Amino acid sequence: MNPSESSERTPMSGPNTNYDPVEVSALDPANIDGAVQDALSAIAAAASLDELKAVRIAHQGEKSPLALANREIGALPPSAKAEAGKRVGHARGRVGQAVTARQTELEAERDARILVDERVDVTVPALRREPGSRHPIELVAQRLVDAFVGMGWEVAEGPELESEWLNFDALNLGPDHPARQMQDTFFLDPVDSGLVLRTQTSPVQIRTMLEQEPPIYVVAPGKVFRTDDLDATHTPVFHQIECLAIDKGLTMAHLRGALDAFVRIMFGEETRTRVRANYFPFTEPSMETDFLCFACHGEETWGTAEPCRTCGGSGWIELGGSGMVNRKVLRTCGIDPEVYSGFAFGLGIERALQLRHGVRGMHEIVEGDVRFSQQFGMGV
Amino acid sequence: MRLPLSWLAEYTDLAPGTRGADVAASLVRVGLEEEDLHGGDITGPLVVGRVLSFELEPQKNGKTIRWCTVDVGQNGQMLTEGKHQEIVCGAHNFEVGDLVVCVLPGAVLPGGFVISARKTYGHVSNGMICAEDEIGLGEDHEGIIVLSRLLGEEKAATLQPGDDAIALLGLGEETVETNVTPDRGYCFSVRGLAREYWHAQGSPEGGYRDPADVVTPPAGVGGYAVELKDDSPIEGNDGCDRYVARIVRGIDPTRPSPAWMTKRLTQMGMRPISLAVDVTNYVMLAVGQPLHAFDVERLSGSIVVRRARAGESLTTLDDVERTLHADDLLITDGGERPLAIAGVMGGASSEVSETTTDVLIEAAHFDPTTVARSSRRHRLITEASKRFERGVDPKVTAAAAQLAVDLLVAHGGGTVDAGVTDVDRTTDRTAYLLDVTEPARIVGVDYPRERVVRILRDLGCVVEESRDGADDTHVLVTPPSWRPDLVDAPDYAEEVARIDGYNNIPSITPTPSDGRGLTHARKARRVVADALAGAGLTEVLSYPFVSEDLADHLMLPADDDRRNAVRLANPLSEERPLLRTSILATLVDTLRRNVARGRKDVAIYELGLVFRPGGPVGTAPVPGVAARPDAETLERLYAAVPAQPRRAGILATGQAEQAGWWGPGRPADWSDMVAAVETVAAALAVPVAVANDPAHAPWHPGRCARITLVDGTLVGHAGELHPKVVAALDLPARTVAAEFDVDVLVAASAEPVQARPFSTFPPALTDIALLVGSDVAAADVEAALRSGAGEWLETVVLFDVYEGERIEAGHRSLAYRLTFRAPDRTLTTDEVNRFRDAAVAAAASATGAVQR
Ligand SMILES: [Zn+2]
Repeated sequence: MNPSESSERTPMSGPNTNYDPVEVSALDPANIDGAVQDALSAIAAAASLDELKAVRIAHQGEKSPLALANREIGALPPSAKAEAGKRVGHARGRVGQAVTARQTELEAERDARILVDERVDVTVPALRREPGSRHPIELVAQRLVDAFVGMGWEVAEGPELESEWLNFDALNLGPDHPARQMQDTFFLDPVDSGLVLRTQTSPVQIRTMLEQEPPIYVVAPGKVFRTDDLDATHTPVFHQIECLAIDKGLTMAHLRGALDAFVRIMFGEETRTRVRANYFPFTEPSMETDFLCFACHGEETWGTAEPCRTCGGSGWIELGGSGMVNRKVLRTCGIDPEVYSGFAFGLGIERALQLRHGVRGMHEIVEGDVRFSQQFGMGV
Repeated sequence: MRLPLSWLAEYTDLAPGTRGADVAASLVRVGLEEEDLHGGDITGPLVVGRVLSFELEPQKNGKTIRWCTVDVGQNGQMLTEGKHQEIVCGAHNFEVGDLVVCVLPGAVLPGGFVISARKTYGHVSNGMICAEDEIGLGEDHEGIIVLSRLLGEEKAATLQPGDDAIALLGLGEETVETNVTPDRGYCFSVRGLAREYWHAQGSPEGGYRDPADVVTPPAGVGGYAVELKDDSPIEGNDGCDRYVARIVRGIDPTRPSPAWMTKRLTQMGMRPISLAVDVTNYVMLAVGQPLHAFDVERLSGSIVVRRARAGESLTTLDDVERTLHADDLLITDGGERPLAIAGVMGGASSEVSETTTDVLIEAAHFDPTTVARSSRRHRLITEASKRFERGVDPKVTAAAAQLAVDLLVAHGGGTVDAGVTDVDRTTDRTAYLLDVTEPARIVGVDYPRERVVRILRDLGCVVEESRDGADDTHVLVTPPSWRPDLVDAPDYAEEVARIDGYNNIPSITPTPSDGRGLTHARKARRVVADALAGAGLTEVLSYPFVSEDLADHLMLPADDDRRNAVRLANPLSEERPLLRTSILATLVDTLRRNVARGRKDVAIYELGLVFRPGGPVGTAPVPGVAARPDAETLERLYAAVPAQPRRAGILATGQAEQAGWWGPGRPADWSDMVAAVETVAAALAVPVAVANDPAHAPWHPGRCARITLVDGTLVGHAGELHPKVVAALDLPARTVAAEFDVDVLVAASAEPVQARPFSTFPPALTDIALLVGSDVAAADVEAALRSGAGEWLETVVLFDVYEGERIEAGHRSLAYRLTFRAPDRTLTTDEVNRFRDAAVAAAASATGAVQR
C-alpha cells in the first residue's frame, strides 16, 4: 500500500455503515479497467505540465473513480478484500507510473524549449573596452633577456644620460679616436660637463666591470641616442641589447657560440652564423656576424625576379659587431687581462623587430600610433 | 675607398674573368666590407656630344624644357636621317657649345634602363643628355654633365663629338667600393687593398707587386730648406716626423693629364683638375700617401713646419678664411706666412695655378692626433685628413714623392731638381715578443706554430725565431711600417684568425654557472607594464626632447623641480633643446598624433626615464684609462650623472568603454586614471592612499588625486588635466592623465608579502549613511571609519554618494557598507552594532560626519 493511498483513506472514519450495493459496482473489474483506460488516455493526451496536473486531479485525486473504488474495499467482506485490494492497487499503480513518465517527458520538453527561447546571437561584439597592449620593442627585448637569463646570464642596466668617460674613454674611444667622431653624439650643455646621452649600451658594461668581480655574464638592454634625423632606417632614439662575458678561458669560439644562441632565440633553430673581421675600439679581435636568412634559408635570390625581401637576396642578414673585450678596457676596469678574457656583442632591437615581424620602416616604431602596438598584444 | 679592377690587376694577379662581385667577396673574407659596385653595367651608344642649339619651351606643368640639337658625330640620327641628334632636356646648367654626354637609343643604362626614342613634351626625343647619377658615375643629379667642368678645359679640348664616353669615363670597367675601418688606414690605397686581395687568395708567392717599391735618391745638399719646429707636441708626439720635398721645374702648364689618369681619377670618384693636382691625387690613391703641390714661385725659399700662433688665419683652398688654433700644425713659408693646415688642406695663396711651371711636391708624415683635431676643429674632412688620422705608412713618403716626380716629368715635360729634401725623424718599430700559442688561446682554434709564423710574414711582419731553437713558443715580431695597429697579442691573434679565416672558428655555447635570474626591480617593472596594458592602455614610446615653453604650457610653478631640465648642446631641433623631466611632457605629443590621425578614443602609457638634475649640471671627471680609477674618482664620476628616475605616464581621451548593443559608452574621466594607478599598486601588492590635491600642475585643481604609499611617500598624481593646459597643448577637452614614480612602487614591493589569516565564519554586514560637508574627502571618512570600527572590520565599501535636494546644501551623503568578521566565531548583532557605532563616532569626530 503506497503512502498516497493511505492518505486518501484518512477521511474514512470507522467501518462502512452505509452499504449501498450500487456503489459496490465501483469494484467491478470492468469498471476498474475502464477507469484505468480513461486515466491512461487522459495522461497521454496531456500536452502541458498544467494539463497533466488537471489530469492527475481527475484520475488520481480524492474524487477520482479509483480513489472511490479504493474507499469501497473496507466495506467488503474479508474474503473479498484481498482480491479487490490487489486489483485496485494494481490499477492505481499503472496510473501513477503513467503520470510520472508523462511528467518527466513534459519537463524535458519544457527545459529544451527554455534553452531554445533563451538563445542569443553571440556574434555581436563582446568587448566593451579595447584591450591594452605592450610596445613590441619592449617585448622583443624581454624575449631576448629571458632567453639569456634562462642560460644563466643576468641583466645589467645604467643611466641614459651618461658620463663621457663611461660612454667613450673607458671603451678605448679616446677624444681623438676617429670612431668617436663617427658617433653622432648628443652633448649636454655646457659641453665641458662631460655628459652625453649614451650612444650605446656599452657604458653599462663598463659599470658592471667596475662594480662586479668576474665571472661576469650580463645582458644589457636599453635606450640609446644618436643625432640622426628620423627616416626609414634611422631614429635619434633607439634600443640596443648588449651581452658581456668575462671569465677565465673564454675565446672567440665562446663568442660565436653565444651569437649562435642569440640568433636561434630570435630567428629560429635553423639559422646559423657566419663571421668575418671588423674593427671596434672596444674589442680586439673584433668580429662582424651575419646569420642565415630565416625567410629564404640562405638561398641566393639576388638578381632574380623576386629577391628575398628579408635579406635583399644575399641569403644572409647582418647581425652586428662583437669581439673579445680589448685588454685596455679590461685594465681600465681593474680586471687583469692575464687572468681573465671576455667577449661582448650587441644589436639594435629595432632591427630585430623589423626583421622578425616584417616591420617595414622606422616611423611606426617610434611614432606611438596605438594601432602599431595593438597588433602585438601582450607578448611576441 | 674604390678599387677599379684594372688598377688592382696592376699590383696583384687577377684571374681572367674575375668580376667585381668576386673581388668584393674576397675582400669581405678578409674583413673589408663591401659598400657598392660601380660601372660595368652600361652598354652604348654613350657618346660625347656638342650642344649646337636649343629652344626654350615652357610647359603647362610650369617647367621649361630645352629642345636641343646636339652634334654626336657619326652616330644616331646622323646615320639614319642625316641630321644632328634631337633631344629634349630638362636641365639648364649648360650653354650652346658645351660638350656633354649623350645616351642614344639602343643603349642600356645601369639598372637595366633601356633607352629608346620616345615622344615627350610634344617632340620625339632621341635619347638623353646624361647626369652623373644616370650613368653610375656619382650621386649628382643637380644638372647634366658638362665635360669641361668634369674633366677640365684642357682635357675637354681634346675631345670630339661622337667619342665613346664609356671608355672616356671608365664606365666599362667595374670598380669595387669598400668600407675601410679606422684601424686600416693603409687600405685607403690601391696598394693596401691589393695586398688584402692577395691575402684573400692565399698570399701566393710573387703574387703581389708593391707600387711603392721604387728607387729613391738619398737626401743630400741642394734640397729645398725644410725645418720641423714643433714647440708643443700633442701627447709627446711631434706633429711632423718626416718631410720629403722634391722640386720639378719647367713643366708646361698647358699639358693635360693623360687620359688613363683622368679616367682612373673619375672612377675613384675624384675630379681631374690639372696635371700637378691630378698627379698628387693619383699617387695618393695608389700608395696612400697624401701629397701637396706648391707653386715654387709663390714660396720665398724655405718651409717651416710649426704650430699656429694666436691670431693667425689662413684662407684655405675652399675659399674659407679660417682662424687658426694653437694646436693646428702649419706648413709655413719661411716660418711666417701660413701655407697649409698640415695634413688637412692647403691655402689658396700657394696653390698651383694654370700658369705654374715649377712645382714643389710635399710628402710628409703627420701625427694622427694633430690632424684629427685640426680636421674636427675646422670641420674639414679631406682625402688627406682621412688618411693621416688613420695612420699613413711613414716609410712610403720618399717613394710617393718619387712616383709623383716621375709622373710630372713624364707628362708635364719638366726636369727634377737634383737636390732632395728628406727630414726623417721617424723611429723604427720595436719588436714584440709573441707567444705563438697565444692566438689559439684568444681565438679558440689550434693554429700550428708554422701557420702563425707564415701568416705574420705574409702580412709583412719580420718574424725572428729563436736561433738555437731553445725557445720554440716565442717569436720576435716587427710589424710592417703601414700597420700601426699591430701592437700586442690580441692584434696578432686577430690577424691570424682573419687570414686563416674567421669561419674556421668553432661555436661553443658558454655556460655561466650561477645566474640568479631577473632582479626584483625588473620583474616588478614588467608587472607594472603588464598591469597597465591589462587595464586597457596601450604602451607607446616617445622621444624625450621637449621645448623650453613646455613648462609654461604645463603651468609648472616657478620653483617646481620639473622646471630644472637638462639642456642639450646640440639638439636635433632648436625648438626642443631640453630633456623631459616628466613622461607626460612628451606623451602629450603621442596623444595628439593619434587624435590627429582620426582616433577619438585613445588610452596610452609609457614607462621610461626622466632627467632630474635637481640643479645646475655639474662636471663629470675624465680620469685616465691606463688603470681602474680610484674609488673617490669613481664616486665623483657616478655622482656627476644627474638623477634619472623611472616613471610611468598615462593619458586618455574619448570613451573608456564603448557604446554598443548594451547601451551607451562611458567617457574616460579622472577616476580611470586613479584606478589605473591603484591597479598597478594592487598588482604589486602595495597598499596606497589617495588624497585630493588642489594644487599640482598640470592637473585640474579640483580633479587631481595625490597617491602615496601608506607611509606618506609620494607615488604620483592622477586626474583630469587643467583646462588651460589642455588648451595650451591643443589636447582634446577633458583629457585625463596620471604620472607616477615606478621606482617608488618597485622599492615598496621588494619585501615578500606576509600572508594574513582569514576567517571562515559568516560575515556580518551593516549599512550606514553619513552626512558630511562637501569639502570632506571620502578617503578621510573611510580612514576614520576604519580606525573606529575595530579589528574585526573586513571591508568598507562606499556604495552611494548623494548630493542634492533631499539634503542640506553644502553637504553630501555617503553610504557605506561595512563587513565584519571574527576569526573564531559568528558575531552577534549586538557586537556588530557596537562596532558600527564606534566607526560612526570616529568618523564624526574626525570629519564632522552625522549619521542619517
Ligand atoms: Zn632571405
